[in-house]
Amino acid sequence: MTGPNGTGKSSLLRLAAGLLRAAAGEIEHFGGTALAAEQAALDSDATLADALGFWARLDGVGQAEVERALDAMALAPLAPVPVRLLSTGQRKRATLARVIAGRAAIWLLDEPGNGLDTASLERLSAAMTAHRAGGGIILTATHQPLGLDDARQIALT
Amino acid sequence: MTAFTAILLRDLRLAYAGGRAWLPLVFFLLVATLFPFAVGPDGPLLARTGGGALWMAALLAALLPIDRLIAPDREAGVLDQHAVRGISEETVALAKIAAHWLSFGPPLMLAALPAAALLRLEGATLVRLELGLAIGTPGLAALALTTAALTAGLSGAGALAGLLMLPLAVPVLIFGAGALGDDGMGALKLLAAASLLLLAIAPFATGAAIRAGRS
Amino acid sequence: MHIFANPARFLAIARPLTPWLGWGGALLVAVAAVSGLFLTPPDYLQGDSVRIMYIHVPSAWLGMAGWTGIAAASLFQLVWRHPLAAVAGQAIAVPGALFSAICLVTGSIWGRPTWGTWWQWDGRLTSMLVLFFLYLGYIALARASDDRTGANPIAAIFGLVGAINIPIIHYSVLWWRTLHQGQSITLSGSTIDASILWPLPIALLGFTMVFGAIVLMRMRTILARNKIEARLKRMAEA
Repeated sequence: MTGPNGTGKSSLLRLAAGLLRAAAGEIEHFGGTALAAEQAALDSDATLADALGFWARLDGVGQAEVERALDAMALAPLAPVPVRLLSTGQRKRATLARVIAGRAAIWLLDEPGNGLDTASLERLSAAMTAHRAGGGIILTATHQPLGLDDARQIALT
Repeated sequence: MTAFTAILLRDLRLAYAGGRAWLPLVFFLLVATLFPFAVGPDGPLLARTGGGALWMAALLAALLPIDRLIAPDREAGVLDQHAVRGISEETVALAKIAAHWLSFGPPLMLAALPAAALLRLEGATLVRLELGLAIGTPGLAALALTTAALTAGLSGAGALAGLLMLPLAVPVLIFGAGALGDDGMGALKLLAAASLLLLAIAPFATGAAIRAGRS
Repeated sequence: MHIFANPARFLAIARPLTPWLGWGGALLVAVAAVSGLFLTPPDYLQGDSVRIMYIHVPSAWLGMAGWTGIAAASLFQLVWRHPLAAVAGQAIAVPGALFSAICLVTGSIWGRPTWGTWWQWDGRLTSMLVLFFLYLGYIALARASDDRTGANPIAAIFGLVGAINIPIIHYSVLWWRTLHQGQSITLSGSTIDASILWPLPIALLGFTMVFGAIVLMRMRTILARNKIEARLKRMAEA
């Protein structure tokens, strides 16, 4: 989804996530969803590994998945660092790692590239490609090119 | 580990980390300390009225942590993440009620022992107080969560929460204090009724409030 | 004092000093305990319950000395900006609170058979209780302001303000002649009989040494935790 601010990209993602009820129309899910939005939802005093581990437990995946996801976003060396010491970009990558670890079929990403440097954007792109190759679906609102040339573009106005 | 357990344990850990869980306890003891200054050190007077003062203190102790029960999780997006995973808001509410009770209920019952000594309460009164606290504090915890969910995200939430919660807590206060007398058995049963009613309503009210608070 | 400003130099002294204080103090406490329990006669009025004195008096002394220490550390932090002052204040707070609590509890247990009550709103008991609450407030404040480097003066200000309570406790038995016994031990002598009194200085010294060891250990722990925090921060910034 592309488009200027205020056109409802975030609201559509929240609708798809089941957080809002639609006034009209229907949404059908064919799998579990994972949401990465602006709020990180990571406990600031926990270590990165523990913070992600909490959500992994709720997702029913083990710590090995968490480690794999941290690797995918180049966060593995930061695993023992408390979340409050992480920069905004690192926290953003952590929310993406959470989505990767959760193994949900449907990814809902709100401006995932915000605050990421070039290397991290490439990693994000690779993770998204791998997810789609595995049969997953991604709905993302973005300003930046994420190297997804074969993705369907929806322009909101 | 079920979602209920995971959420309960996290809330409990957050409550005790940073030492914040001790505040209601200390507050409770402070009230027990300040009350004799207010009414004078007259022994029999303290023994008669001290139990009621402790019930007031228990009420306020349940109310004190309200701004950390729902609002921080709502702002951080934690409640949203629970919903995305299909965890019902009612389950989240129940887990949080249990965690909140564990964070202040048993410690309060423990603190009632030195508090009773400070207020010169008789042994029989202390027993009835402990019984009442065991029965009534779960209802207070349920009420605290409902109020927290209703006021999360509003500015000046603390004072507003007090305004909302205190009237609904009045039955617990009346029956709890009433149970301290010699013929308190009837009041104790009514206390149980009030507490159970609050416990029954709270998860649904809290769940609805969480959903309504989403933008 | 600024000799100890460098944490490394402080640690170089504190590390060997801690076991001497700790074990030496524990030994003295053991000697005092044995003496106080078995080698002294019972009091002619109070009987054996007077033996609580050997714990009660040192706890009271340490509770008060602890806060005096906190007040001194706060002064060093605010006026001379000594880098270890905040650490010292935080290190003293918890054992100080504990010994105040021990003083209150042992006093209550002692008071039951002696005065017939668990508690009385007398000047000394009340001001000691206030001291305990002040400790709790200091601990909560230090934690909430998250100050590990001494840059945040909030807890230190509280430490100084609360110091007003110390002379109140000390003179409370003179100002209000209610329940707690008057000054039995002054610099000029003592009204307690020597046959009961002699284990008390041993207990006082022993408990003080143990207290010192605990404070040093806590200071070392806080410094170690600061080091870990700094390292984790560097990892995040790398």
